[in-house]
This record gives sequence, structure tokens and C-alpha cells, in this order.
Amino acid sequence: MNQEPKPTADAVSRLIQELNKLPGIGPKSAQRLAFHLLRAPEEQTSLLASALLSLKQETKLCSVCLNVTGADPCHICANEQRDRTKVCIVEQPQDILALEHTGVYTGLYHVLHGAISPTEGIGAGDVRIKELMARLEGGLVSEVILATNTNLEGEQTALYLNKLITPLGIQVTRLARGLPFGTELEYADDVTLTRALEGRQEL
Amino acid sequence: MSRPRNYQTEAIIIKKTKLGEADRILTLYTPHLGKIQAVAKGVRRPRSKMAGHLELLTHSLVSLARGRNLDTVTGSQTIDGFLPLKSDLALTSYALYTVELVEQFTADHDENHPLFGLLLKTMHQLCQEANHELTLRYFELHLFDLVGYRPQLRQCVACHKPLKPVTNLFSPGAGGVLCPGCQQSQPLAHPLSVDALKVLRWLQNVDLSTASRLKITPALSHELELVMRGYLRHLLEREVKSTTWLDTLREQARTNALL
Repeated sequence: MNQEPKPTADAVSRLIQELNKLPGIGPKSAQRLAFHLLRAPEEQTSLLASALLSLKQETKLCSVCLNVTGADPCHICANEQRDRTKVCIVEQPQDILALEHTGVYTGLYHVLHGAISPTEGIGAGDVRIKELMARLEGGLVSEVILATNTNLEGEQTALYLNKLITPLGIQVTRLARGLPFGTELEYADDVTLTRALEGRQEL
Repeated sequence: MSRPRNYQTEAIIIKKTKLGEADRILTLYTPHLGKIQAVAKGVRRPRSKMAGHLELLTHSLVSLARGRNLDTVTGSQTIDGFLPLKSDLALTSYALYTVELVEQFTADHDENHPLFGLLLKTMHQLCQEANHELTLRYFELHLFDLVGYRPQLRQCVACHKPLKPVTNLFSPGAGGVLCPGCQQSQPLAHPLSVDALKVLRWLQNVDLSTASRLKITPALSHELELVMRGYLRHLLEREVKSTTWLDTLREQARTNALL
């Protein structure tokens, strides 16, 4: 194959190629972003570049809760103010961000890094359950809050964990499943409505 | 005349994959259109009006709009959410196993109304108290029927003579039972006890609610499962993914019983 002259600089096409690998970014978006960065002030591009580099170099998983962190243990696990008898189980590190944003929860976390999904071949060994069980055997924890997603995979994971944890004599609770704030009742599905009715509260 | 742009169908959601930030590609099994794939936009956002109606293992009435490539879901209403099934770990796993089989054994847009009926019936049955292992065996056998792999259980697949009440062999490759005399012709056959053969024959001919009331010993149940698993592996040329999970659960139940 003869080498055709490149329509643009090698550096630009390399960046386009790399951006194109990101989720949701097609060839045209990649091109647009690359040329945007080319025109942007150098300060902005070097900030982006150093942020990208430190993303891998300066992060690790917390040895206690497996959250993504800069220091080990993470600032939540290291915080003496937090309630060490409660552990909230989430699927992804992003879920901690959402829960922390509420400012209501004061206990600790555990990140599973996934959910059990039999049809995709993801079993109990593929999510971080072993680490959780080792942690619970320490005996300090009195309540485990299952905050996995409310879809089928999350529910399955919660039911499975409940079976594993209850024999240890630890209280297992699940986040309430009901109507999200700001929804209209007529569009709610049967599962949500049934659960919302079961979990109704006195005003 | 061109096909209408919008259409509505009953469907059971048998598979989902993430797409982009908040969308999903759903695989729907429908009575008249067979297996179809469709994009459901925005269903991963918490306020999605459709998400709860489009969860896996849900029987829904789905409205779709034809697209250039994939059709798009425009609305959906649950017919049956199978709630008893979804609040039980083992039952959910059984149901996931059945939808995985349907997904594996069907081609897109290949209408198979009886198969839709079988899947729906099986999911209803799983919501009830019954012998669920036998429900699964019934489902497998009738699935084979409906997709053209009905195993021959009446006569020897090699010599075509009626089978005698002795330990015969089940040969996945030949698609049925071999008599002891024809054992040499199929090297990969495994033994099939008289009782197991009886149960399989019986399952081929009764209806589901009768089938799942039968009581059999755990050993026989295990034998039947292995026979079916061997046949499935041969037909699909790979393992069924959710069986690994079923094994994990069973293993766990056994250790819990010992404690």
C-alpha cells in the first residue's frame, strides 16, 4: 500500500485516534475535540494532560473499602468521626459520590465493582465479595446497608449478599425502593408501586 | 403498502445491554415478531417513565417506532412484572437461565408463537410453589421441540428398534437414545437410567403444571440435569453462562444446610 500524504499533522491524527476510543465518542466528535484542543491555550491542554497522567499514577483502591482513592486508607475510612458499625455496600465508586452528596449517611462503605449477572457470566467470584466477608468477620460491624442498584442484577446481588451475611448475626438492610422524587404516579411500574405501598410511612 | 411507522407488541424482555450514557439496547421476545432488538432511550436515568416496565424478565406491552437500523421503544406498560419471582434469588436465577436459552436458540425476526407461550408459561410456573428443577427440564425439552431438536426417546437412534427397559445411553451427537447394542456407534454417549428415560418421555407428553408436581429423588433430578446439560452443550457448542451461577447457588445451599 503506498503512503498517501496525511491531510493533517501526525500529532493531531494520533489524538483523534485516542479520543475515538472513549465511550460515546465517534470519529467526528473526536475530530471536533482534537481541533478544539489545538486552538485552546497551552495552559488548558497541559492541565488536561497532567490530569490524565495522574489519573492512573496517583489513584489506587482503598485497602479497606475498595473505593478509588489517592491515599490509603481513603479519607472516609480514615475519618474517626464516621460510624464504624455501619457499612453501606455499593456497586460502583460513583455511587459513593451520589450517597455522600446527600450528607445524610455517616457510616463506611464497601465497593463491589460490579453486580452479579448470570447471563453475562458474572458470578460471585467476579465482584469483590470475598474482601467484604473478610472485613465483616472482624466483628465491629452491626449493620450492613445494601445499596446496590434496583435493577435485576442489583436485586440479585442484594439477595445473595443477604444470604451470606445474615448467618453472621449482622443486621442486613436494603435501601427503600419506591417512587423517585418528582415522578408522576400514573407512569410508575407495578414492581415500584407494590414496593412503595409495602413501605409506606406515616406522615 | 409500506409498513406502519409505529407498532405495538407484547414482549418479554430477555436481554439488555448498555448504550451510551443513559440508553439501553433491549432484546425482546415477542409472540408474532420473534426475537427483536430495540433501543430504549433514557431508561438508565432515575426518572425514566419506562425503565420499570422494561426491566429484564418483565412481560410488557411495548410500543415501538421503526428506525433505520434498530427500532426505538416509545412506550411500555407492564402486563406482568413477576414480582414473586424477582424477590427470590433462586427463582430469578432459574428465570434468567430460561431467557438465556431462548436468546441462544432463536434468530432475530423468526416468529415462534408456541415458544413465546412456553416461556411465558414457564415464568408463571416459576412464580408458584412447585418442583422448579422439573419446570426447567420441561422447559428445555419443549424448547428443543419448538426449535427443531426434539430428542428421540422412543426408539434407538441407530438401529431404530424400540428401547428395552435397561440402562440405555443418551447421545447428544445423534440427538436421542441409543440401545446398549449400538453403544459403539456414538463415542460421546452417556448412560441413561430407566427412570430418567421414563421421566423424560413423560415430560414430553404432559402439560407444565402436571410436570412440576412430580416428586423425584435428588439423584434422579441430578441425572436429568446432566443429560440435558450435555445435550445443550452439544447444540450450542458452548456452556450456558447462567448454569455456572446455578451451580454456585446450589453449592451454597448445600453448605448452609450442613452448618
